[in-house]
Amino acid sequence: MTTQELPFPGLAGVPTNEGPQNRKEYTSDQEVRWCPGCGDYAVLAAVQGFLPELGLRRENIVFVSGIGCSSRFPYYLDTYGMHSIHGRAPAIATGIATSREDISVWVVTGDGDALSIGGNHLIHAMRRNVNMTILLFNNRIYGLTKGQYSPTSEAGKITKSTPVGSVDHPFNPVSLALGAEASFVARTIDSDRKHLTSVLSAAAAHRGTALVEIYQNCPIFNDGAFDAVKDADTKADAIIPLVHGEPIRFGALGEDGLGTKGVARDDAGGGVKVVAGDDPAVLVHDAHNPDPTVAFSLSRLTDAGVLHQAPIGIFRSVARPTYDDGAREQIATAAAGQDDHSAALASLIAGKDTWTVL
Amino acid sequence: MAKQVQQLDRVIIRFAGDSGDGMQLTGDRFTQESAAFGNDLATFPNFPAEIRAPQGTLPGVSSFQVHFADHDILTAGDAPDVLVAMNPAALKANLADMKPGTAIIVDSHDFSARNLIKAGYETNPLEEEGHGSLAEDFNLSVLDLTGMTVEAVKEFGLSRKDAARAKNMFALGLLSWMYGRPTETTIEFLSARFAKVPDIRDANITAFKAGWNFGETTEAFVVSYEIKPAKMAAGTYRNISGNLALAYGLVAGGVQSGLPIFLGTYPITPASDILHELSKHKRFGITTFQAEDEIAGVGAALGAAFAGSLGITTTSGPGIALKSETIGLAVMTELPLLIVDVQRGGPSTGLPTKTEQADLLQAMFGRNGEAPIPIVAPQSPGDCFDAAVEATRIAVTYRTPVMLLSDGYLANGSEPWKIPDIADLPKIEPGFATELNKTVTAKDGTTTEEYWPYLRDEETLARPWAIPGTPGLEHRIGGLEKGDGHGNISYDPANHDYMVRIRQAKVDRIADSLPPLEVDDPSGRAKVLVLGWGSTYGPIGAAARRVRKAGMDVAQVHLRHLNPFPKDLGEILKKYDAVMIPEMNLGQLSLLIRAKFLVDVVGYNQVNGMPLKAAELAEAITDLISSTGDVHAHEAGPEVSTGEMETVK
Repeated sequence: MTTQELPFPGLAGVPTNEGPQNRKEYTSDQEVRWCPGCGDYAVLAAVQGFLPELGLRRENIVFVSGIGCSSRFPYYLDTYGMHSIHGRAPAIATGIATSREDISVWVVTGDGDALSIGGNHLIHAMRRNVNMTILLFNNRIYGLTKGQYSPTSEAGKITKSTPVGSVDHPFNPVSLALGAEASFVARTIDSDRKHLTSVLSAAAAHRGTALVEIYQNCPIFNDGAFDAVKDADTKADAIIPLVHGEPIRFGALGEDGLGTKGVARDDAGGGVKVVAGDDPAVLVHDAHNPDPTVAFSLSRLTDAGVLHQAPIGIFRSVARPTYDDGAREQIATAAAGQDDHSAALASLIAGKDTWTVL
Repeated sequence: MAKQVQQLDRVIIRFAGDSGDGMQLTGDRFTQESAAFGNDLATFPNFPAEIRAPQGTLPGVSSFQVHFADHDILTAGDAPDVLVAMNPAALKANLADMKPGTAIIVDSHDFSARNLIKAGYETNPLEEEGHGSLAEDFNLSVLDLTGMTVEAVKEFGLSRKDAARAKNMFALGLLSWMYGRPTETTIEFLSARFAKVPDIRDANITAFKAGWNFGETTEAFVVSYEIKPAKMAAGTYRNISGNLALAYGLVAGGVQSGLPIFLGTYPITPASDILHELSKHKRFGITTFQAEDEIAGVGAALGAAFAGSLGITTTSGPGIALKSETIGLAVMTELPLLIVDVQRGGPSTGLPTKTEQADLLQAMFGRNGEAPIPIVAPQSPGDCFDAAVEATRIAVTYRTPVMLLSDGYLANGSEPWKIPDIADLPKIEPGFATELNKTVTAKDGTTTEEYWPYLRDEETLARPWAIPGTPGLEHRIGGLEKGDGHGNISYDPANHDYMVRIRQAKVDRIADSLPPLEVDDPSGRAKVLVLGWGSTYGPIGAAARRVRKAGMDVAQVHLRHLNPFPKDLGEILKKYDAVMIPEMNLGQLSLLIRAKFLVDVVGYNQVNGMPLKAAELAEAITDLISSTGDVHAHEAGPEVSTGEMETVK
């Protein structure tokens, strides 16, 4: 399943468990209360199945969420967890990740939580590269408040709060993350358990902030938003698979067993464009490219309106120093050999200019 | 001419100049010299919000007042005895505070036509004569301080501008001579401060010495003054500002609890110095996180608290407004968290560099739902240390966010501080949960051992604090209502009613751990009580002394704990015929006291960004004593201009 050997760099410092674990251990005793058919169930099942494979001590895992349907996630996992307030999960997770190297920190958030009310915390977490994995459930709608348009809803969207159509322009979460200099950015789909698990595995392995956008269907308020990438009839043309080291090919299979369409640099526009699959200019995906330009261009192949086409996979995965490692290192350096805190405190508060009254 | 030395018991000096003239540094050095000499002292820095307001204008004036004495004093003083004014704007901006006869030392160098216009003078006030002139009303000394400075530092070959910049040290030298201050500490300070720029270092030291020598040799000053050291309790002392003491108190809270400190914060005046200070002390395992905003600051602190740190956030009133929702989450999750509010003038951006006490009700009620939090307030700069340790004790012991309400006057003001013995500080026990705490019996009679995160300690009502990494105690907390005990989400009406009450009861329970209030009523005959909180301690104490000196009786009680109130407060209030509450707001403590105790308190309220003046407050207290029918009461003095006495609406 994993492309990297355990222990992952992203989990270095987190104690591992002796002996195997199973899904049941990671399942809390709380009844799961999402709507029938919600994509969140699939993600929960994938995570409950995947966490035991990491082999971490369960007590050293913390899930933090904000507010929204997906943010109930931590209640259903038998790890430590905090269901916090709207948009603030990355800030709270930053405190946990920075103060404790031995904790594996996960953030569960949605498109409204992460990109609207919590946009500031999200971009700054990614900029700092705090060691955490962020699962961004994107259903392109506000579910818990019963169906208003979200910052990822397409322009013109008719919802309860936009009866004649939204005039808002949506965010592309992957473009946003790349612009915020995230060191790991990926996209996956709730219904593709195998792909979801492989992306989560790579995200957990990454040291730094890993942002995983999960296309998640809301059957009540935005059903079918991702049909193009899910339906057997359309997905070959809709999904542009990004696999490091592989040519970016999609569409119906050609004679060479790969897609009849490909992605190449667009010299005229400066970005990328869809070309024939056998075009020699088809790009080989390089997720480790230090320059994010191509990754950003790839992210722009995603439809901003109704979704017909989207790259899926790991856009970018590069090594960059993390905020929490840097902060801990400064403290370790300053604290080395300084065990007697009481004596140090006495010396500190006395300062240099004192006088004594007898 | 032989110089005379005159004995004084106390002096108030105000250094005033342009915000680029180094007046804060000058005042600070004079303070350190006075501290080293052994005087009691109190200081009041007063500066504009702009870093460099237009040079030479009234908004650009920065001042530093220091009050030093041979006896115990409580405030930085109402009106100065000496004003040092470095330019026309500094003279004009401060003149209204000067009593007739005050000594005014003016640097005449900047009294050019252009600068006079900038300050709003039509003619040069230094050249006026006769009735109403400066020369007649005040003890005026006009000196070319800048010119003498430039001349004195000529040998270092500095530009004229750089040479002139040392004029504050010349002024400091002159005042140091005049009041017999020791000079060694300032010379050592300048040597260290400018070690990397020898020319500047030597010029400043030379200017400082030249100022001293000028005082000694000039015929302009025939008298120097001596203010003997104050009699203070035995111990080792230092001078300390409120923000520094508060930062040290936080470090002490970490050491005494054995918890690593995590400060999540965002820069804001006048609280940023606490961040600056804590960021220097990583050796104590202190993490300082400068967040992207106020909300992230407190969020990260709460996350760190969940993970087992002493979570702290520091801010001022506008920041509290932004942090409110997270403070509510801390109330709900019942995690220890310190919230430091260094209050400034409001509302909105208000007066960033001025002081006020108008965040009390925000601290008390500024959250959605029933969200009680304990409130602790320091009463003097040095007391910020103890208040921070006390806030830590409450937060950790009771698993609750605690508001520590300092203010701009405390933050930047300073006083001699008797350095505490670390061994005397309270030990704070985090008592992390490590064991399952609940036996659950199923219907079939089988039992299982579980961890219930909301089971409470019988004495404190605090819940257990199980941190990630503790095997077997995995649990989830959050902002949704908790079921009593087990802590799972509960929408049950009766449970919510119970949880709201138990959270309130937990905060109320803190009162059990508080010592009895100290009632300062030397004669025991007072019929009027003055009740205060926070930084008004000094002015109220000084006012009470004036009233008593005039032969009347007044009692003083000062509150450190604003929520919950100490248990004996109600009884104390009922013992007096009248209760006055002086505050730098429109009556916020008055409102709480009236609501809680049904006592018809009299407010004394001033909201001008400045500390209360002892003389004016003494007048108001005297009036109240008179109207209360105290046998010792006598006619009140002249009417006060600021600070009106009123009852709370």
